[in-house]
Amino acid sequence: MADVARAADFRTRLQQWIPKLVLSPSLAAILFFVYGFIFFTVYLSFTGSKMLPRYDWIGIENYVRLWGLSHWWTAITNLGIFASLYIIFCTLIGLALAIFLDQKIRGEGMLRPIYLYPMALSFIVTGTAWKWFLDPGIGLEQTMHLWGWESFEFGWIKDRDMAIYTVVIAAVWQTSGFVMAMFLAGLRGIDNELLKAAQIDGASNWNLYRRIVIPLLRPAFLSAFVILAHLAVKSYDLVIALTGGGPGRATELPATFMYSYTFTRNSMGIGASSAVIMLMTIAAIMVPYLYSELRERK
Amino acid sequence: MGSAAQDTAVHTGRVARTFIYLVLLLFALFYLLPFLVMLINSVKPLSEITSGNMLALPAIWTIEPWLSAWSTAQIGVEPTGLKPYFVNSLLMVVPAVAISTILGALNGYVLTKWRFRGDGILFGLMLFSCFIPFQIVLIPMARTLGILGMAGSTPGLVLVHVVYGLGFTTLFFRNYYAAFPTELVRAAMIDGAGFFKIFWRIMLPVSGPIMVVSIIWQFTNIWNDFLFGASFADLDSMPMTVALNNLVNSSTGVKEYNVHFAGAIIAALPTLVVYVVAGRYFVRGLMAGSVKG
Repeated sequence: MADVARAADFRTRLQQWIPKLVLSPSLAAILFFVYGFIFFTVYLSFTGSKMLPRYDWIGIENYVRLWGLSHWWTAITNLGIFASLYIIFCTLIGLALAIFLDQKIRGEGMLRPIYLYPMALSFIVTGTAWKWFLDPGIGLEQTMHLWGWESFEFGWIKDRDMAIYTVVIAAVWQTSGFVMAMFLAGLRGIDNELLKAAQIDGASNWNLYRRIVIPLLRPAFLSAFVILAHLAVKSYDLVIALTGGGPGRATELPATFMYSYTFTRNSMGIGASSAVIMLMTIAAIMVPYLYSELRERK
Repeated sequence: MGSAAQDTAVHTGRVARTFIYLVLLLFALFYLLPFLVMLINSVKPLSEITSGNMLALPAIWTIEPWLSAWSTAQIGVEPTGLKPYFVNSLLMVVPAVAISTILGALNGYVLTKWRFRGDGILFGLMLFSCFIPFQIVLIPMARTLGILGMAGSTPGLVLVHVVYGLGFTTLFFRNYYAAFPTELVRAAMIDGAGFFKIFWRIMLPVSGPIMVVSIIWQFTNIWNDFLFGASFADLDSMPMTVALNNLVNSSTGVKEYNVHFAGAIIAALPTLVVYVVAGRYFVRGLMAGSVKG
């Protein structure tokens, strides 16, 4: 009798533990490979690591040196230009396409996948395509010349001052369809009766969108901003494939800076400190967003 | 969705509609053009590309560039074409997708149906891991893979992709299972069904759609990854994206554009096929990836 009770007791207790046991490998992996590694990199950023990790504490010297490097300032300035234009253009194009597609468009089922397919491609493929498309000697410029438009010039990709804008073009090409899909989902979620009521009150289409629809899309704007901002900070592959960071250093971003300082210039301490700054930038955007999202759902 | 599309409150005039169609078509062209141009030029001889018009159809059609990209083009120092790297990518993607999806399903199940104190914080920690810039883990990961004896190997890359994909797969399944009636799970518990039996008999049979979403998301992300491949792979495990980048950016001598294009299309083909076949699920994954469940 006691045995049966004990066995049953053991079974219930086991049942209570199984879920936690099942979760634990994933949790351990995340704690070690994500948070442990973050801690390690933060620590390295305070050491004099060169080619290999060293553990001699040198305080904030790496950060001081980092912010004194013109190379880093180029990367940060480029990120500022790239991120703001990327976010603005993706949002504008995405919003416009979503609103237009929402007007009972014939062929919507054809157009939507066309707008969105670049999102399925690797940035390396996108970079390869645009690198050549924008190459003045062979791509668009050359074609325009052959068509008789001799004065057409589009050599941004070879121009130090303009090359960063070609990265924007290719990145907007890749992601704006995705932003369109986010806004379209938002538009389809708006109660149509509300719009009809406003129309009866005599609101013009323009005012309808400006006063009612766009304010109602606030959650979609927020999601789009957060996703685009974090993608911008993480941008690496596209620059590598499109410009390789050049001409010169004209299109370096923090992600390419971190890679080259850590793995090719043997300044691991500086590389680590630049990675920490990237993480802090993303955390500043993502943590409040995720926090509010998780709270809302409860 | 259907009723909204059939009965919009907004009415547009003839001129406005023409303008809207024009803009929509121009953008369709903008998205299609780079890829179409790449496709057209991948079946042209090199001389036609360098001297001719990129928008013109080939005067001489040739599949030579495709054959070269696949099996003879110079990647790094080896004239192997992209074939071995395509295989490397497959060997990396299949286990990584399978493992991360299974773990994600189990995690989502625990986090919604076997809740315990503090599970919200654990989920938050997993969720944040989706968005970290991977530069922050590159240095310790390189060391760890070395210590584990997995440096430069496909199993090493599988490990990396599983770990950094877990947050997303868990997110997908958690949001999906949260909408599943907990009463059914309770009833099964009262009938004496255990943890795994409930998962197997009740949760898994309804998980089809989210499985597809998770598999497609992971497949696309891992196939398209460049940073981890470039950092942790050596010649025997190098994935497709890294090989393509080597082909395009480090070829010495004459730049064989047509071969580069064929290679880029080959690299894009698996994810494009998935997109064409199951685009609906791809979009659902993207949406869930922007957290709104």
